Amino acid sequence: MIQDVVAWVLLAAVAAYACAGGTDYGAGFWDLFAGGAERGRRPRWLIDHAMEPVWETNNVWLIFVLVFMWTGFPVLFQTVFTAMWLPLALAAVGLVLRGAGFALRKPMTRLSRRRIYGAAFAVSSLLVPFFLGAVVGGLATGRVTPGTKASADAWSNGTSVLAGLLTVAATAFLGAVFLTADARRFDAPDLVRYFRLRAWCSLAALAVLAVAGLAVTRHDARYVHDGLTGGAGLAVVLAAVVCAVATAALLYRTATGWARITAVAGVALVVIAWGLAQRPYLIPTSLTVDQAAGAPTTLRWLLLVTVIAIVLVGPPLVLLYRLDTSGALQPLAENDLRSTSANRDPGPDR
Amino acid sequence: MNTAIAIMADTPPQLLPARELMAFTLASHILLVPFGVALPAITLLMHYRGLRRGDAVALLLARRWSAVMAVQFAIGIVTGTVLSFEFGLLWPGLMGRWGDVFGLGFGVEAWAFFLEAILIAIYLYGWRRLKPWTHFWLGLPLPLTALLGAFGIIAANSWMNTPRGFSLDADGSPVDVDVREAIFTPMFGPEYWHFVAGVVLTAGYVVAGVYATGWLRGHRDHYHRLGFTVPFTVAAVLTPVQFVLGDSIARSVFHQQPLKFAATEMVWKTDTHVPEYVFGRLHPDGTISGGIKIPQLDSILAGFSPDTRVTGLSSVPADDRPTATQATIAHWAFDIMVTIGSLLVLLALWYGWCRLRHRGLPRSPWFFRCAAVAGAACLLTVECGWITTEVSRQPWIVYENMRVSEAVTDTRAPALWAMLALVIVVYALIFATFLAILLKLRTRWRTADERHGDARAAGTPEGDTPYGPRRTTAAAAPDHGSAHGDGGGR
Repeated sequence: MIQDVVAWVLLAAVAAYACAGGTDYGAGFWDLFAGGAERGRRPRWLIDHAMEPVWETNNVWLIFVLVFMWTGFPVLFQTVFTAMWLPLALAAVGLVLRGAGFALRKPMTRLSRRRIYGAAFAVSSLLVPFFLGAVVGGLATGRVTPGTKASADAWSNGTSVLAGLLTVAATAFLGAVFLTADARRFDAPDLVRYFRLRAWCSLAALAVLAVAGLAVTRHDARYVHDGLTGGAGLAVVLAAVVCAVATAALLYRTATGWARITAVAGVALVVIAWGLAQRPYLIPTSLTVDQAAGAPTTLRWLLLVTVIAIVLVGPPLVLLYRLDTSGALQPLAENDLRSTSANRDPGPDR
Repeated sequence: MNTAIAIMADTPPQLLPARELMAFTLASHILLVPFGVALPAITLLMHYRGLRRGDAVALLLARRWSAVMAVQFAIGIVTGTVLSFEFGLLWPGLMGRWGDVFGLGFGVEAWAFFLEAILIAIYLYGWRRLKPWTHFWLGLPLPLTALLGAFGIIAANSWMNTPRGFSLDADGSPVDVDVREAIFTPMFGPEYWHFVAGVVLTAGYVVAGVYATGWLRGHRDHYHRLGFTVPFTVAAVLTPVQFVLGDSIARSVFHQQPLKFAATEMVWKTDTHVPEYVFGRLHPDGTISGGIKIPQLDSILAGFSPDTRVTGLSSVPADDRPTATQATIAHWAFDIMVTIGSLLVLLALWYGWCRLRHRGLPRSPWFFRCAAVAGAACLLTVECGWITTEVSRQPWIVYENMRVSEAVTDTRAPALWAMLALVIVVYALIFATFLAILLKLRTRWRTADERHGDARAAGTPEGDTPYGPRRTTAAAAPDHGSAHGDGGGR
């Protein structure tokens, strides 16, 4: 019973990372395809400013997923990290390059250096979600069981590759939707059109990949395929489709605030559908939630810590996103760091 | 390293690269930890002073430290995330068997860190548009979240040293987990306070060292005095405290982990009237060469009496204790840490004497020379402290319950060596760039300070001022930061 609750919390953390982290990776994706220094100047400017205050927070969800895995389901953690060694190791390196590339690009003044760090950031924004998606896809096929040694087959099969591509497309979709909203917030109509078009394109790509996925998983990942094409799983998938279509329509009417919500809901619902389809397995069809669960006392404490933490973290998180979307958060400008006089004028709305 | 390879001949070949990879990534990350934990606190202190006394210079310092924090925090996050991955990539056996016993600390840490990431984002990006005191109050919980995060990590590490809160079933798997016992293990308290004091004073000395250097170069203005005094005072107050805490943790190790104590003090035979060796080298046959021998002292330090019986390394079989090389490494790390710590106490006393007796900073340039290198020395002690605790715990990953070799991944050694090489290259680039950026910021700010008068005369500020009036339309936002050349044109 308690392990089911912990499993749902883990799934919720994965969904949160898919949405928050996904938006962030998506911004990197569009940074990669923004073109040369001159042509990509404005999109990159927007990406920088939209991502800056929130990217660290967005990526902390991943740490949670890991902690929940090893504390709640130690065997799952051991199995996944043993069997999927290479993609996870590459994802870890990608995370370093991405974060460092983004953080170090900004203070650079010389264009060539900015290019190198920007490229590290953008390329790894593409690779990290691909590898993480491939790991999830590989788990869904049932190729991995507790005790499986690391092998390329576990994560380089059709389902894995497709799941990796789907993840990348989903991040691109989320990123484009959020950037459309940010462009509107920063009052840049050209960028609204720019990112809206990209959101539609990535949605189309998602649709194509999803159809291909149905065909591939039919034989390769039968258990999850059945779960997604029938019962509760199907209902949630359909809800996700509705959300995706609604996002496209809302973008057309530039109702970007609502589009953000439906886009996030769409991606989160897909993650939830995947979780539903896997029930009662963590790794179909060899490791159930019950088998993998850690000591019940620990699980109870883990939930207690989580509840306390949600109470503590929730309000600041809401505050951060609200401040960010209302434009109250801005990086320090050069001038603020150069002279002491900056703080003298109290201003009217102080 | 050759001896290490020879000794590990009967252990899996991937053990050495796995340990080196963990050691390298952790050694790199730990250099940023003092700033992650304590820089927000020191900055808030300066911020408070600026707001309270209306001191624009203090606010400028706080803003500049925030700018540094923005980059440093980002690098800390990515190097820290790597460590969470490495628990699975390198030590799946540890997490697979013990994850539910000691993992909860990480759960606390993850949430605390989440809170810290949120608040730091608000703090770093709130300078321009939030009301001054609102901004300060929103940043104020930062030190608490940092302390809570440290709580989680130290709980996990102290559990690895003194594992409690479980019993073993017939297969040797942990059952009957008691979470409270697993978190508050005997080594938790000593480790935690030693760590907290250590990182705060390290951050203090490093920050103060920057302004001590400026002071030596003749920049004796309010800006440098303030930038030096605030962090240095924090560090100087904590230094004697840390000396006592350090002494007490050594004694806790003596009681809780006798073999670990034997390794750090290079004690071979269980005995009373044990001498203390300052440096020196332990050989596999138990003899010690080099170093300064002080009769009786080790027994006195461990139990306040020469009659104190100290357990020696030879009291257990060779494969249950650190090797002679490991003991020597731990002993050197320990002695370097203690030596630097003692010198810092003298420096702190010098400072305290001048502040209390003469109501001013010490005059001697030698004081500022020492203060300038104190930060680097402190970072060295952080590394040494960590080496002491990790190396002298060998060969155990969970003290007396699981060997490092039992926890290691099955991944083949060449893959791990390749990963190590890749990580070294990536980290070297990142840290070099980070340093280069810090130096560049320093140069840029110094030039700005020297031209300060001219800029004031010119009058027109280039962007919104912090805490200044809100621009009427959001559309105006793109132009700030245009000094980078990344401003979006219309």
